[in-house]
Amino acid sequence: MNTLALTAANLGIGGSGIAAVLGYAVVFFGLVLLMCVVILMGKAMAGTNKKAEVKAPGSAPAPAAPAAPAAPPAPGSAGEVKLFDVPDKEAAMIMAIVADKMGKPLNELRFKSIKEVK
Amino acid sequence: MDILQTLSKLATESGFAGFFANGGWKNLIMIAVACLLLYLGIGKKFEPLLLVGIAFGVLLTNIPGAGLYHMGMWDAYVYECAYDPVNDYALYNTAEERAYNEMEMNYYIVARASGHTTEQIEDYFEKQAGADATNDFMALYATCDQNAANELAGKLKGELSFTDIIHLGGLLDILYIGVKAGVYPCLIFIGVGAMTDFGPLIARPSSMLMGAAAQLGVFFAFFGACLLGFAGNVAAAIGIIGGADGPTAIYLTTKLAPAFLGPIAIAAYSYMALIPMIQKPLMRALTTEKERKVKMEQARPVSKVEKVVFPILVATFVILLIPSTAPLIGCLMFGNLLKETGVTERLSDTAQNALMNIVTLFLGISVGATTVAARFLSLQTLMIVVLGVIAFMFSTIGGLLMGKLMYKLSGGKINPLIGSAGVSAVPMAARVSQDVGREANPNNFLLMHAMGPNVAGVIGSAIAAGFLLAVFG
Repeated sequence: MNTLALTAANLGIGGSGIAAVLGYAVVFFGLVLLMCVVILMGKAMAGTNKKAEVKAPGSAPAPAAPAAPAAPPAPGSAGEVKLFDVPDKEAAMIMAIVADKMGKPLNELRFKSIKEVK
Repeated sequence: MDILQTLSKLATESGFAGFFANGGWKNLIMIAVACLLLYLGIGKKFEPLLLVGIAFGVLLTNIPGAGLYHMGMWDAYVYECAYDPVNDYALYNTAEERAYNEMEMNYYIVARASGHTTEQIEDYFEKQAGADATNDFMALYATCDQNAANELAGKLKGELSFTDIIHLGGLLDILYIGVKAGVYPCLIFIGVGAMTDFGPLIARPSSMLMGAAAQLGVFFAFFGACLLGFAGNVAAAIGIIGGADGPTAIYLTTKLAPAFLGPIAIAAYSYMALIPMIQKPLMRALTTEKERKVKMEQARPVSKVEKVVFPILVATFVILLIPSTAPLIGCLMFGNLLKETGVTERLSDTAQNALMNIVTLFLGISVGATTVAARFLSLQTLMIVVLGVIAFMFSTIGGLLMGKLMYKLSGGKINPLIGSAGVSAVPMAARVSQDVGREANPNNFLLMHAMGPNVAGVIGSAIAAGFLLAVFG
């Protein structure tokens, strides 16, 4: 890379253009490779988790009597919660407090509606 | 005691007299600039944690006679003194040892003037120096280019090292050593890493593409600065403003163009505070209403193991790819590892709070100190300010265009607004994506989705800085 020129010397239009394009390409190259590595890591983790689940020796409880057909899943908490007389900011705060008190991540909880009790 | 003479002496030595000295009016202008920056930091809350410190540094360094920071001393500083008589003298106690040291320096000068390399000279002192050194010196002196030797001797006497600056400098000179040595920006990166959740990026790795695309402004501004006549190393430091990452900008500028640290740091932090004003019009102009309304699916959950492995993986991989990113990426990922392990909570807490606050304090005031009137008030500063805003704009455009491409490729599942968050500036840029998204669709929550490109931008700007450092360093 140092053949590009450089240090304190003024670059010509061509030299600076090449350096700029090359730099942008290097950033892309680095992050695309990193993306591939992270995808591979995710797949490896998912594979490990599946193996662990399969290996678990019949510890799952025997299926009980057929349950009533499950209700359609409640809409996700993000964006679908119905608010009755509650401003957005207060609703977000309430959801965060509930998640904190329950010790669960917010994305694992489902809020159907929030209503102010008067 | 002559009272009149004493009063006259006090008057001529006061800072007020400095305003009437040659070029003293420039200090007045810089004090006004400091007050303006203080107003922006305190009154308008523009990145106050850093801008207030920087502004106060500007104020202190431009008060005539304060002597807290000496620009001339830093001009004479060399990263590694070719030969450091001050330091070496301190190591010798007896007159004999000192005499030998003096001779060693003389040998160094004539050897260099005779075309010997530093390695050859070091090798000589390790293996052959001793009783014959005087004779060797005389032999070299007889044959070397004596003009070159005299010139080198004069230059060496003018060089200063960190040790000299600690002995001779003011308070801000001493604090500035942390900037010059690249320590503060890296320590800040430990804190940033400890405060950053890379979960959204791990859940959606394609966010990396937006983080990469949003470095467009770095290279566009670099190109523009070259066209305006800046040297390559200075243009690189100006370009990194587009990375919207203060510590990275300071780190790179210190390494490549320390004389421009003041204007570049001020431009970087001021524009980061202005991100909503710079980005929102571009986001509205480059996206359609339909695109802005896209609601994104919740990303997959990320396990704790993945979060622990991620910083180790990224640090190893990126540093192997571009070794010059090691200080920035290494510290960023170290801080993140402290956060994610779950067994180093005290260290993570210190990195996020105490360490971050202390370093921010030192960093701000010492960066501000570099804005000495004689150097800051120039056309080049104005050009840097203009190129800085262009860099921010093009970084936003780059991220948005990649967002639009991903919108098309994903069949409309990705909201292109999150692309603009690729310009680092965590979490301000992600908040802007959230705000603009909610303007189009009040039920849209883009914040967590935008955090992916946002933290990818931090890694992207560090890679961009690493590239520029490798090329121009």
